[in-house]
Amino acid sequence: MIFAVAAFAILGTMGLALGRAFLGPTLFDRILAANMFGTKTVLLLAVIGFLDGRPEFLDIGLLYAMISFIGVIAVLRFYEIGRFSPVDEEDAS
Amino acid sequence: MTVLDVLSAALLVGGSLAVIAGGVGVLRLPDLYTRLHAAGVTDTLGALLILSGLAVHAGWSIVTVKLVLTLLLLWATSPVASHALARAAKAGGIEPLLHEARRG
Repeated sequence: MIFAVAAFAILGTMGLALGRAFLGPTLFDRILAANMFGTKTVLLLAVIGFLDGRPEFLDIGLLYAMISFIGVIAVLRFYEIGRFSPVDEEDAS
Repeated sequence: MTVLDVLSAALLVGGSLAVIAGGVGVLRLPDLYTRLHAAGVTDTLGALLILSGLAVHAGWSIVTVKLVLTLLLLWATSPVASHALARAAKAGGIEPLLHEARRG
């Protein structure tokens, strides 16, 4: 019962994050909303595992946390230096 | 209903409140950097309260170890992502919204 309350709270927050991702107005607001959506997904997976009595969901949550973090960092690095490859010595100023 | 059940429920309700407050903040606050602050609250405080509520319910087992691992991972990655986001936004020319007296 209490797990359902927590799950609905997290779902509501994910809806609010989706609203921010929809409203923008800049690219960074959307990345912020996507990042927050990812971490809330991890919490939701943990709570759903307890809701069903199947705590194996925690493994999926751990994996999802890592993938979502790598994704956000990759997008931000791409935005900051313009490409995924390392910066060459002569290009670095 | 034992003491541990009550403690677990209290932690979960507190975590839900922290998470919802952060969600409302992300939607309502005026500029990117303040929204970043609101999102940080849900990633650290909300995650701590909800995952520790689950851990109290689970007792001493492998599940608690996994919950602690998830919490440590979120605590390590979320501030890094927030910092990278703020850095990229500053490099991208987004200026913070300042009080009138502090505008250059």
